[in-house]
Amino acid sequence: MQGKRSSEVSDGETSPFSVNPDLLLQVNNLSIDFTIHGGNITAVRDVSLSIERGETLALVGESGSGKSVTAQAILGILPKIAQISDGNILFADPDQNNRVVDIAQLPRDSKSMRAIRGGSISIIFQEPMTSLSPVHTIGDQISEALFLHRSFSKHDGMSATEHMLEQVGFPHPSRAMRMYPFELSGGLRQRAMIAMAMVCHPALLIADEPTTALDVTMQARILELINQLQLKLNMAVLIITHDLGVVANVADRVVVMYHGEITESGPVDKIFSAPGHPYLKALLHSVPHFDMKPGERLTPVREAEYSLDTMLEDQKPAGTVPEGPHLVVNHLSKSFTIRNTGMFSSGKSSKVKAVDDVSFTIDRGECFGLVGESGCGKTTLSKMLMLAQSPDQGDIVFHCEDEGSIQLETLRDDDLTRFRRKMQLVFQDPFASLNPRMTVLDILREPLIIHDIGDEDYQREWAKSLIRLVGLDPRFLSRYPHSFSGGQRQRIGIARALALKPKLIVCDEPVSALDVSIQAQVLNLLKDLQQELGLTYLFITHNLAVVNYIADRIAVMCKGNLVELATKQQLFDNPIHPYTKSLLAAVPHPDPTKPLNFAALDGASGADSELWPESYSLNQPTDFRDMGDRHFVRVGSTV
Amino acid sequence: MFFYLIRRILTMIPTLLIISVLVFVIIQLPPGDYLESYIAELQSQGESVNEEKIQYLRKEYGLDKSMPEQYFTWVTGMLQGDFGYSFEYELPVREVIGDKMILTVLISIVTIIFTWIIAFPIGIYSATHQYSWGDYGLSFLGFIGLATPNFLLALIMLYLANVYFGTSIGGLMAPEYIDAPWSWAKVKDVLAHLWIPVVVIGTSGTAGMIRRIRANLLDELQKQYVTTARAKGLPPGKLMRKYPLRIAMNFFVADVGNLLPQVISGAEIVAVVMSLPTTGPMLLDALQSQDMYLAGTFLMFLAVLTVVGVLISDLALAALDPRVRLQGDNR
Repeated sequence: MQGKRSSEVSDGETSPFSVNPDLLLQVNNLSIDFTIHGGNITAVRDVSLSIERGETLALVGESGSGKSVTAQAILGILPKIAQISDGNILFADPDQNNRVVDIAQLPRDSKSMRAIRGGSISIIFQEPMTSLSPVHTIGDQISEALFLHRSFSKHDGMSATEHMLEQVGFPHPSRAMRMYPFELSGGLRQRAMIAMAMVCHPALLIADEPTTALDVTMQARILELINQLQLKLNMAVLIITHDLGVVANVADRVVVMYHGEITESGPVDKIFSAPGHPYLKALLHSVPHFDMKPGERLTPVREAEYSLDTMLEDQKPAGTVPEGPHLVVNHLSKSFTIRNTGMFSSGKSSKVKAVDDVSFTIDRGECFGLVGESGCGKTTLSKMLMLAQSPDQGDIVFHCEDEGSIQLETLRDDDLTRFRRKMQLVFQDPFASLNPRMTVLDILREPLIIHDIGDEDYQREWAKSLIRLVGLDPRFLSRYPHSFSGGQRQRIGIARALALKPKLIVCDEPVSALDVSIQAQVLNLLKDLQQELGLTYLFITHNLAVVNYIADRIAVMCKGNLVELATKQQLFDNPIHPYTKSLLAAVPHPDPTKPLNFAALDGASGADSELWPESYSLNQPTDFRDMGDRHFVRVGSTV
Repeated sequence: MFFYLIRRILTMIPTLLIISVLVFVIIQLPPGDYLESYIAELQSQGESVNEEKIQYLRKEYGLDKSMPEQYFTWVTGMLQGDFGYSFEYELPVREVIGDKMILTVLISIVTIIFTWIIAFPIGIYSATHQYSWGDYGLSFLGFIGLATPNFLLALIMLYLANVYFGTSIGGLMAPEYIDAPWSWAKVKDVLAHLWIPVVVIGTSGTAGMIRRIRANLLDELQKQYVTTARAKGLPPGKLMRKYPLRIAMNFFVADVGNLLPQVISGAEIVAVVMSLPTTGPMLLDALQSQDMYLAGTFLMFLAVLTVVGVLISDLALAALDPRVRLQGDNR
């Protein structure tokens, strides 16, 4: 059937393109099937949307909702097992005098499809780490698209590429041309990716989760950059994201997808002010934001019903949780030696301070939030607390209810093994942290086997209690991790952390790998468990809204230093340190009436301590000074 | 780069020294020495043994000295190009090996090239047409190649070559050229004989190589950067060559170091069956009769090939992959 229809579309009187000359792309009743194991699965069903020149359309939905597949169809890069079973994708190609072509009819690797792909429509992917080839220079990879689609001489093409790099904010474009992706930071790689997509000045840019892998300050800058370039080139942007904060800030119109179908579409203010579809309503309520009232609870799209049973009763705190410190960290430092053993270097080594003289106290029963951007040393800190890495200096004191205080860094062998029961870890990646060759029962029993607790029957019963505790069915115990979704796996990870009845749990970015709709579920579960079982949390994250929702006190970390430590209210109402301020300013609100202030962001220093005011500079002796009410800020000793 | 090269070459010296000690210990491991085996052989044939002659030989060959002394003489000799004396052939080792070494190297190199020429296109085809009939068919052939013992294949090929092409059975050249000086006709004759051992020795390697190329390439084809390149509008052929194939190459370059000694030792049994005038059969003989200097030289030769091969593959890898060239290990 497909072969008979022509990809040429007659531009008759009734064509929407002749009615509206600004119309760039129109998708009509698109359906896409995946052939898997002989059967057909419909990933996208009856999707229609349109984009005008220069506008930004946001495609919103959770993972698996078909939003990326739709984008792949527009670009003609669907995987081999996927076919367009119905509908068309009409595109008025400005490179060919706005002649309208039906992309759905073009063979994927045909010459005319290749001319559109990368030339008139281009794409930015989510992962800047893996979406560039590691063995080709930045200049080579960016200019490649230019030489394919535009006739440039070698020299002109190279200087156009360099100019593009400058436009996307590379500090040294000529040097960057000869650099390899692994020599650049994540933010710069994403900029290179943007330069690659923009170098041919496409009419439509598809941005597939362009900022999900980036820190908030970098995210704000990338969004601003896309915005600027869009205005300059009158380019249309199709942004695919699950982050409603990003949507509220950049989109003109919004299309919401759920299970392969469009549930709702409209202008951005209407979508946020008067959501119609229950899914969108639920989604809006499931995102933590700064304006939540004290005690307000997120409503997950799907709630996890946990249940405590008799085996857990004894873990419930008797009466109130006793006051006092639970974990005290004193002057903890750790540096790493980086050896330059590349082929051309002489083997010089340099020291990097990952954690620099960090001190704080976690009180019993509180949730202590640790916030920082990637590379600030928060993971190194958590590893030292978990005794997976030994500190260079400083000590860690753990206060037990029954055994008094324990000096952690001096524990060895049996003492260390015994201590491990008291403090457990929830990992970031729910996919990598569960052994795919073990059943859930084995996973939950393993800690008990290691610590030789109970016989097999007891362990089995305990595993059942645990799995009910995190809101899963005990029948799931015999399954393997691959049959669970990300949120379910993270709940299994939490159950495993609870298996030894620890009193303190270190949560290292427990929700950052999960969809927003699942985040709320896991956050609520963690919150409930804390209350029910009287737990103390150290909650490490880069997401300020999440930490605002769950934590009682928050420490902000930058370049191995704690720069500010205060209660949640103090920190969000009255941030003092410039780094905290720029972090807070960079968070996009899921509310179109509160857009990011890009101008203010430009002035903000972010993690670049050189730009901080003199009195906060880290190049001098500094104190972590109490500004009143246990609100600590790092300032120069002389100030 | 220059300093790196110097450093690598300098580290080769202790490596080879340690290997030479191991080799010497290994060839000394069997009880007795060549002369004792020789005496035993003479006695079993009922011949009388001339005690004086034995004593003379023992002294002449230095077999009466202590082990460290013998080792020292051997190693210093090798440095001057004197590889010792073969008891069995009653000739200096260098003269015994000479031509055979050249032919061995020739067969090995041609085999490697053959392997790559056959394996690469098939591997790429199999990866890009995964689960197609072509992929299944070629995989099937590959597994047959892997499963067939080399010596059996050698016998079959010899028979077929003789019946259909009239090539003389066994050896690397027709009998009339064996002691003849090198000439154009002799070269042509060697080439006419060469393909059989190359195919036989190369088959299993080729099959293994196809599987590895297919697996590596399939891994790379999944990667995000391939999609990025596709999204740029690159034509499929160029895309394949520039991105996934280039990165899949790393593995093979890294493998060169292992390839040389593997091909040479894998070729030995085949060489016996096909009575090729290469070093393989001679090594077997030398090990059996405790012809220590001959065996030692062979083993050292393999060791040097391995060490040099690893160096070459490291250098090629650095040239190919900037990550190796520019990135230190961040441990």
